[in-house]
Amino acid sequence: MKRYFRELSVAAALALLLLVLALVAPSFFSPQPLLSRLTAQTPSLVVAVGMALVIICRQIDISVGSQFGVCAVVAGLLAAAGLPLPVVLFTSIGSGMVMGALNGWLVAGLGLPSIVVTLATMVTWQEALRLFQQGKFVNLPPGTQWFGLRQLGGQTALICAALVLLALAAWAMKNLAAGRFIYAVGTDAEAARLAGINPRRTTLGAFTLLGALTGLAAVMNVVQSPQVQPTCGAGLELKVIAACVVGGVAVNGGRGNLWGVFAGLLLLAMINPALTSLHVEAHWEKAIQGLVILLAVVADGLRTRRSRR
Amino acid sequence: MNPVLQLTSVTKSFGAVRALKGVSFDLRAGEVHALLGENGAGKSTLIKVITGAHQPDGGSIDINGERVGHLTPASAHKLGIACIYQQPALFPDLTVAENIGLRLEKTRSFARVDWPARRTRAAELLQRIGAEISPEAEVCSLSMPEQQLVEIACALGAGARIVIMDEPTASLTQKEQQLLFAVVRELSASGVGVIYISHRLEEIFALADRVTVLRDGESVGTNAAGELNETQLIQLMVGREVSHIYPPAEGAPGEVVLSLKNLGCTAGGVRSVTLDVRAGEVVGLAGLVGAGRTELARVLFGITPADSGEILLGGKRVSISSPREAIAHGIAYVPEDRRRHGVILEMPVAHNITMAVHHALFPGGWLRFGAETELAQKFIRDLGIKTYGPDAPGSSLSGGNQQKVSVARWLATKPKLLILDEPTQGVDVGAKSEIHRIIRALAKDGLAVLMISSDLPEILGMSDRIAVMRSGTLTAMLPGKSDAHEVMAAALGKEAA
Repeated sequence: MKRYFRELSVAAALALLLLVLALVAPSFFSPQPLLSRLTAQTPSLVVAVGMALVIICRQIDISVGSQFGVCAVVAGLLAAAGLPLPVVLFTSIGSGMVMGALNGWLVAGLGLPSIVVTLATMVTWQEALRLFQQGKFVNLPPGTQWFGLRQLGGQTALICAALVLLALAAWAMKNLAAGRFIYAVGTDAEAARLAGINPRRTTLGAFTLLGALTGLAAVMNVVQSPQVQPTCGAGLELKVIAACVVGGVAVNGGRGNLWGVFAGLLLLAMINPALTSLHVEAHWEKAIQGLVILLAVVADGLRTRRSRR
Repeated sequence: MNPVLQLTSVTKSFGAVRALKGVSFDLRAGEVHALLGENGAGKSTLIKVITGAHQPDGGSIDINGERVGHLTPASAHKLGIACIYQQPALFPDLTVAENIGLRLEKTRSFARVDWPARRTRAAELLQRIGAEISPEAEVCSLSMPEQQLVEIACALGAGARIVIMDEPTASLTQKEQQLLFAVVRELSASGVGVIYISHRLEEIFALADRVTVLRDGESVGTNAAGELNETQLIQLMVGREVSHIYPPAEGAPGEVVLSLKNLGCTAGGVRSVTLDVRAGEVVGLAGLVGAGRTELARVLFGITPADSGEILLGGKRVSISSPREAIAHGIAYVPEDRRRHGVILEMPVAHNITMAVHHALFPGGWLRFGAETELAQKFIRDLGIKTYGPDAPGSSLSGGNQQKVSVARWLATKPKLLILDEPTQGVDVGAKSEIHRIIRALAKDGLAVLMISSDLPEILGMSDRIAVMRSGTLTAMLPGKSDAHEVMAAALGKEAA
């Protein structure tokens, strides 16, 4: 209870928001718009899971938005060429893995700071994609949207897939040695190394996994619309990092819980529809999101200061 | 003649550790006063009290005959106290003149810099100490002794009357030393009082007018340097009664577990170490701080791998290039910095204990919490770790119990060789004797133990044999029943008298 206080307070904030909505604007909960809103969040959730691992490992990856764009275009072009969906899916995941592993190798192998490395790869992928695609959308063949299912089926499938993935990752962080290595390396890489853990391999693994999840998320995004925008990943990195921070992942590593990240993501994502339902101008969304992030950071800051005393 | 600095019965404690137990010390103008003592005798604490970094708990400080109530680093600076550390604290990317200017110029934040004046002053100060350094040179391009000279120039420029030099020659060549000595003599000739800390006895005799020896936080006497010889000095440094009962050695040592042949590591500063450690034996590794003991342990554990010589384990030649490999070969290393590297404070006791045995305990990488808790409870019981359970975070334990968790982590790997680095540093007396009992019991069970310690009585009380290191290599192999004098003499590089 006390250990998960941080995560629980985010969940409580989310519950409170939903409760207010239920009382003031019950239309918020009408099934179809709600389902659409949740579906729209599934790619972010999948990327946020990977991002949480990287941040717990005391690193950061701000290139996920660019990776996402590259993977989405790759997936779109393959689908447009008529390749079957599984091939599209695995190629997209593979592309993400390669880009993630490159970040991981530069950070873990060469010991470069991750913020700089991923800033460089972010710009590189983004510009390469722009030169390659010239801003053109990729039109998808009819069978691609919602995997060829009806919209309701496609949305349900995406939400289920994202939740299963989240549960699996949360379980793995607790029950696999690799999960504990991530916490140990993020807390103190040198201490972990002295205990026989290989911090480089752990860091490389976290980045590669984030890349793979970004590739998966890109496909989850592609199937939601009839065409792919090359700029679909813009701002994604900020969104998922914010979800991690609000969800209680410590920016200086070693602490965090994927269920907290889930709650953090939902909390941030629900602000916009909540404002609409409450008939407040939607312009306030970013300001309120910023305030929530600030609140989370201040809470974490106070916490560490107290525990240090 | 009135002393420029007078400390009277200064005391200072850190928690339960009494670092200074009423030290009196005086420094006269124009003298070089050497401060000597073993590791942990209280020299650094005393220096920090003088520079205002630590506030004494009791006693008084007079500077130039006036009582100083509350000394802070800023007020110490104003009163003319300057300290030159082994590693100069300069800004490497700025020039010499800029560094000196930053220290000495008292200007408002937005005042214009008077560059010509800044350069002239730097050149003057450097000339006064006979240093041939350009004020325009960037500090990172200077050698270590040149940087020290810049520090001394700063001290002079600030009008320092009291200059403290903390092992200034530790990284200098013979020629650089001579240059530094000349500067020290000039300083004292100009009326500056110099407190000179060094482990090199020949320097003490070459430079010092008087010598004060600290031992266990107390001053054991101040003498004119001419009144003492080396033997007497060493005797003053070590001569104490053993106030602690050590568990006796049992049984004869077995076969050789670890054998080092001319082992060296350039990066780690270890050279040509030849040493055997047998099963059932505790080999104490003695030496001063910086003698290369921890560095040797780090070579053995694959943190800074060896680049010359051989490591034989159980008679077989092995190469160790990472902690993972060292663990696979049955080597365990309980590091010195317990709170940083020995125990991950944020993690529960159980996680800490199983940290180095994941591969053996959890085949396939699946954690089995039952097995983990069981292992943790076994060690909590066996080593008498005081904690409310395997789930308690490492930070909730006392220092001694954290150390036991650190030891448990390594015993869980079932090692053949256990390397302990300062196993009882900063733990209380009760935990200390418990840890000693555990070490002895482990040796009795056939473990080969290599114990690094700066606590001389601990080395003498625990070791079956004592290996003494100095300047990165082994200088003496002494039997366990040696006396403190011999060990200290070997650590200082002197023939025992």
